Amino acid sequence: MSDSTQKVINSLKKRHRKEKVFRAAGATAIGFGFLLVFLLITDIITKATPAFKQNWIAIEVDFQPDLLGIDGLDLTRLPKGDYRTVLRSAIFEMMPEVSGRRDKRSLFGLISSSAEFEIRNHLVANPADLGKKVTVWVKVDDDVDSYLKDDVVVGEPGIRISEKQATWIKKWVDSELIESRWNSEFFSLGDSREPESAGVKGALTGTFYTMLVTLVLSFPLGVAAALYLEEFAPKNRWTDFIEVNINNLAAVPSIVFGLLGLAVIINIFGLPRSTPLVGGIVLTLMTLPTIIIASRASIKAVPPSIREAAMGLGASRMQVAFSHVLPLAMPGIITGTIIGMAQALGETAPLLMIGMVAFIVDVPGGITDPATVMPVQIYLWADSPERAFVAKTSAAILVLLGFLLIMNSFAAFMRKKFEKRW
Amino acid sequence: MTSSTLIFVVLFLALFSYWYGIQRSIKVAGGATQVKKLVSLPRQFGLLTAMWCGLPALIFLLVWTFFESTVIEALLVQSLSVEVQQLDQSALGLYLNDVRLLSDSSAEVLQKADPDKVFAAEKLLEINRDAAWLKSGLVLILCLSCVAFIISRFAVDFRARVYLEKIIMRVLLACSIIAILTTVGIVMSVLFESIQFFSSVPPWEFLFGLEWSPQMALRADQVGSSGAFGAVPLFAGTILITIIAMCMAVPVGLMTAIYLSQYASERLRSYAKPMLEVLAGIPTVVYGFFAALTVAPFIRDTGEALGLSVASESALAAGLVMGVMIIPFVSSLSDDAINAVPTALKEGSLGMGATQSETIKQVLLPAALPGIVGAFLLAVSRAVGETMIVVMAAGMAANLTANPLDSVTTVTVQIVKLLTGDQEFNTPKTLAAFALGLMLFVTTLALNVAALKVVRKYREQYD
Amino acid sequence: MSDLSITEALTSDDIVIEGTVGTTTAEDAKMSMRNVNVFYGDKQAIKNVSLDLARNQVTALIGPSGCGKSTFLRCLNRMNDTIPICRVEGELKLEEQDIYAKKLDPVLLRARVGMVFQKPNPFPKSIYDNVAYGPRIHGLAANRAELDEIVVSSLQKAGLFGEVKDRLDAPGTGLSGGQQQRLCIARTIAVSPEVILMDEPASALDPIATAVIEELIDELKEKYTIAIVTHSMQQAARVSQATAYFHMGHLVEMGKTEQIFTNPTHELTENYITGRFG
Ligand SMILES: Nc1ncnc2c1ncn2[C@@H]1O[C@H](COP(=O)(O)OP(=O)(O)O)[C@@H](O)[C@H]1O
Ligand SMILES: [Mg+2]
Repeated sequence: MSDSTQKVINSLKKRHRKEKVFRAAGATAIGFGFLLVFLLITDIITKATPAFKQNWIAIEVDFQPDLLGIDGLDLTRLPKGDYRTVLRSAIFEMMPEVSGRRDKRSLFGLISSSAEFEIRNHLVANPADLGKKVTVWVKVDDDVDSYLKDDVVVGEPGIRISEKQATWIKKWVDSELIESRWNSEFFSLGDSREPESAGVKGALTGTFYTMLVTLVLSFPLGVAAALYLEEFAPKNRWTDFIEVNINNLAAVPSIVFGLLGLAVIINIFGLPRSTPLVGGIVLTLMTLPTIIIASRASIKAVPPSIREAAMGLGASRMQVAFSHVLPLAMPGIITGTIIGMAQALGETAPLLMIGMVAFIVDVPGGITDPATVMPVQIYLWADSPERAFVAKTSAAILVLLGFLLIMNSFAAFMRKKFEKRW
Repeated sequence: MTSSTLIFVVLFLALFSYWYGIQRSIKVAGGATQVKKLVSLPRQFGLLTAMWCGLPALIFLLVWTFFESTVIEALLVQSLSVEVQQLDQSALGLYLNDVRLLSDSSAEVLQKADPDKVFAAEKLLEINRDAAWLKSGLVLILCLSCVAFIISRFAVDFRARVYLEKIIMRVLLACSIIAILTTVGIVMSVLFESIQFFSSVPPWEFLFGLEWSPQMALRADQVGSSGAFGAVPLFAGTILITIIAMCMAVPVGLMTAIYLSQYASERLRSYAKPMLEVLAGIPTVVYGFFAALTVAPFIRDTGEALGLSVASESALAAGLVMGVMIIPFVSSLSDDAINAVPTALKEGSLGMGATQSETIKQVLLPAALPGIVGAFLLAVSRAVGETMIVVMAAGMAANLTANPLDSVTTVTVQIVKLLTGDQEFNTPKTLAAFALGLMLFVTTLALNVAALKVVRKYREQYD
Repeated sequence: MSDLSITEALTSDDIVIEGTVGTTTAEDAKMSMRNVNVFYGDKQAIKNVSLDLARNQVTALIGPSGCGKSTFLRCLNRMNDTIPICRVEGELKLEEQDIYAKKLDPVLLRARVGMVFQKPNPFPKSIYDNVAYGPRIHGLAANRAELDEIVVSSLQKAGLFGEVKDRLDAPGTGLSGGQQQRLCIARTIAVSPEVILMDEPASALDPIATAVIEELIDELKEKYTIAIVTHSMQQAARVSQATAYFHMGHLVEMGKTEQIFTNPTHELTENYITGRFG
C-alpha cells in the first residue's frame, strides 16, 4: 500500500464524521421548518377553537309593559322600550341572594352588553310575549365566556372574574342555565368592541370588495402590459427601462405603496379614505409586477411556430396576439394572477396607511364605503387587550389561511394541469 | 353624477357605440349583403367606435379627478373674505378642513359653528354641485362628439382595423407605462413630503440625531428644534432586528436548500417544497400575531427563568419570527444559485475523492457565492421593509441599544405609528413618516439593484 | 455491402454480438472487470462486459457515441453512485479488491482511481488551490512546505509548471482550454492515484493543445495505469497500447492497439475504424 493511500485512510474517519454532522445539520434545518409549520398551525388552531363556540345563558324575562315603559297596545313602540331595566330585574330575580349595589353591578357585568338587544329582538319578533314571563337565551360576557372555556382559575393573570362572580357562574352551570353553542354570529356580525359580539362579516365583505377592485384593475392592466412588452415592444433602452422598473417595483416594501396611496391617491386625487376603492388601487399597483412577470413568462412560453402559422394565414400581429397567443398563455396568466391576488389578500401594511384600520362596525355596502379587510381585522383584534379577542383573532386567521390555501392550491392545480403542453 | 356612476354611464355608452358602429358600417356598405365590400370587418368598425366613445371620456375623467380638489379649493378661497385669504399655508389648511367637515355635517352642528365657516361650507357645497354638473356635461358631450366624428369618417375603404390596432397599441403601451408611473409616484410622494419635512428639521439632525420622540415635539411648539426627530435609534433598531432575522434565516434557509438539492430523496423533497410554500404564503400579519402572542412571551419566560431581564416586546422575538418568514425566500434563491453551478464542478470534486460535504463546502458554495450573496441582499431588503411583524411584536419606544432582549423600534413601525389614527396631514409628525419612507425606499432599492447586479454577473459566468 | 445498408443493419440490431472477440485479459492487470452490467432504471447501458486494465499501460475505449464508454469508465471509480437510478452488476476489482464491496469506501477508491473529465472543470479557485485541493482534503501534506512541493511536482508532471509558475495565485478559470485541462490532470495527479480515468480529455481542445495532452498521457503511463475514452481513432492509435471497441453497450472487440487498427477481427470494429459510421 502506498504512502498516500495510507494517509487517505488515516483521514477517513474524521472526514466521515464531519460529513455526518453536516448532513445532520441539513436535516435539522428541514426538520426545523416542518416543526415551525406544525407549531404555527397547531398554535393557531388551539387558540382559535374557543371562538367557534359561545356560551349562552337562559334568563326568565318578565316582559311587563310598565317595566318596559311602553303602552301595551301600541306595538310600534316595542323597539323603544327600556329593556335594560327589564333585563336587570330578570337577572336579580334569578339571583335573589345577590344584594348591595356593588355586587349587583358585578353580577350584571356577567351578561353581555348585547343582551338587552337580544331580549328586545325576541319581543319584537314575538309580540305575543308582551306581559308574559318567558325564557330568553342571551350571551354571557366575554370574560365569563373565556373563564368557562379556558381551563383557568380565578386570580390568573388576564382573568377578570372575582371569587364571588365565580361562585355565581358555578351556580348557573350547576343548574344547567348555561349552554355552549356553535358561534354562527362570528360569520354574521361586523366588528365590535365587545368580543362576544364581534364577527368577521364586515372584514370579509371589505376584503371581497377590495379584492374585486384589485382584480378588475390588475388583471387587464397586467395582461396588457405583459402583452405589449412581450409581443410588440421594440427591444430598446426604453423597454429595458420599463423592465428594470417592474423588477424593482416587485421588491419595494409594501408599506411604501401605502405611502404612495396616502400621498397621491388620497391627498392629490382626493379619493375617499378607508375605502376598498383606494385599498384596491394600492394593492393593484403592488401586485401588478407579479402579474406582469408571470404573464410575460407565460406569453414567452408560447412557441413561435404558433405565431408564424397564424401570420401565414394572413392575420395581423395584433390579431395573432389576441386570438392565438393570449388564449394559449391564459392558464399561466391566470395562475400568476391568482398568486398575485393571494399576496394582495394577505397584505396589511399599505392598507393601514390609507386608513383601512379605522374601527368600523357596519358591513360595507360598496367600494366607496369605509371598510376594513381580514388581515387588518386580525391586526386590530390582536391589539385588543380582552382575552377573548385572542381566540377571535386566531379564528379570523384560520378563515384567512383557508382562503389562501384554496387560492394557492388552485394555482398549483392550474400549474400542474397546464404544465408544458407543447 | 359621481365619478363612479359616470364611469358606468360611459361604459354603457361605449357598448351602445359598438352596436351603433356596426350598424353604421353596414349601412355605409349598403346593407348586410354588401358587407364584403368594406375593407375592414363591421366588428372592427364597432370596436373603433366604442374606443372613440369611451377612451377620451375616461381620460378626461381621470385628469378632472386629478385637478378637481386643487381647483375647487382655489375657487373657494377666492370667494372667501380677505382675512381668510391672507392666512398662512398651515392655518389655511386647518380652516379649509373645518369647512370641509362642516359641509358634511348636520343642521344641528351648523347652528353651533362659526357663521363665517358655515358660509364657506355652503359656498363649497355650491361649487361642488356646479363642478359635478360641469363634469357630467363635459363627459357626455365628449362621448357623443367623438362618436359623431369617427362615424362621419366611415366609408367603404375606411381602414377601421388599422386605426383600431393603432389605438389598442397605444392603450397597451400606456398600461406598460403604469410601472414607470408607479415608480415616479413613489419617488415624488416620498421626496416632496420629505423636502417639506427637511425644511423644518435639518437633514443632519434627522440622519444623525440620537433622540426620537415626535410626540414631544408636537406638544411643545418648538417643532424640530429639540432634536426629537433624530432617526438613529430607528435605524439601529431596524438593523438589530434585521441582523437577528438574518442569523435565523440564512443558516436555516441555506442548509435547507443544500439538503434538498444535494441529499434529500425525491419523497422528502415532495413534502418539503410545499412546507416551504406554506411558510412563504403565510401573511405577515399572522407571523406578527405568532410573534407577539406566542414567541415573545415564551422568550420572556425563558429569559426570566434564566435570570435575565427580557422586555415583553423584545427585539429577539420580532427578529426570530421575521427570520422564519424569510427562510423560504433565502432557501429558494440559494437553491437557484446552487443549481446554477455546473455539475462538472461537483463531479470534478467528487471524482477526486472529496466527500459530499467537502464538495459542497469547498466547491459548490464558493462557486455559488455570488448568487447566495444576491439572495442575502434581497433577504436583507425584505427584512428592512417588513412591517407587520415588527408593528405587532417590536416596541414603540425608540431605545438606542444593541441588546436583543431589549425592546427597540424600527423605521417601518414608526411610519405606521405616525400615519395611523386621525391627524392633520402636513404636520412635521406625518412628514417625518415620509422622510422615513424615503430612507426605506432608497435603502431597499439600493439593496435590490446591488443584488440584481451580483446575480446577473454570476449568471453570465456560467451561461 | 454498401454504407447505407451497414448503417441500417447496425441500427436495427441485425448484427448479433456474441461475446467479445480478441484478448480482454492482461497478464499484469491493475484493474479487472468481469461480466459487468449497468442499468439506468430499466435501460441497460452496459451488457456483460469483461476487460482488464494492464498496469502502466494506456487502454483506449472507443466506439460510437452513446455506446456506453463513459458509463463504463464511471463505474471504475464509482462515479455512477451519484446517479440515483444507476445500478451496477458484476465483478469489478482494483488489485484483487472488489470496488463495489459494501465495506469499501468510495472516497478512498476515488483517491486511488482519479478521473479527468471531458470538459476542463477547474474549480473557481487559484491555480495553486486547484492543485492543492486533493492533498488538502485527503490530508496528504503535513505542512505548507510539503504542500508546496506536491503542487509544484504535480504541475511539473502535468507539464504546466513552466507556464504558470509566476501566477500560481491567478484563478484557474483564467487559463486557456488546454492549460485548464492540464491543470485538471495536475489536480488529479496531486492525490497520487494509481489509476487515472480520462473521459475524452481532449475533445474540447484545439489540435495543438491536444497534442500536448497526448504527449503528457504518454509520459504519465510510466507511473500510472490509464484508461482513456476517446472518439478520435487517431488519438487512440497514438496514445494507447490496448484498445476496446464498444458498441451499444457491448464490448465487441479488444486487443493490442496495433492489431485493432491494422487488422480488426469483427465486422463492426472494421466498419467503425474505416470510418463508415460513428
Ligand atoms: N444519467 C443517465 N441517465 C439515464 N441514461 C443515461 C445517463 N447517462 C447515460 N445514459 C444512457 O446510457 C447510454 C450510454 O451513455 P454514455 O455512457 O454517456 O455513452 P458514451 O459516453 O459512449 O457516448 C446512452 O444511451 C445514454 O442515453
Ligand atoms: Mg461520453
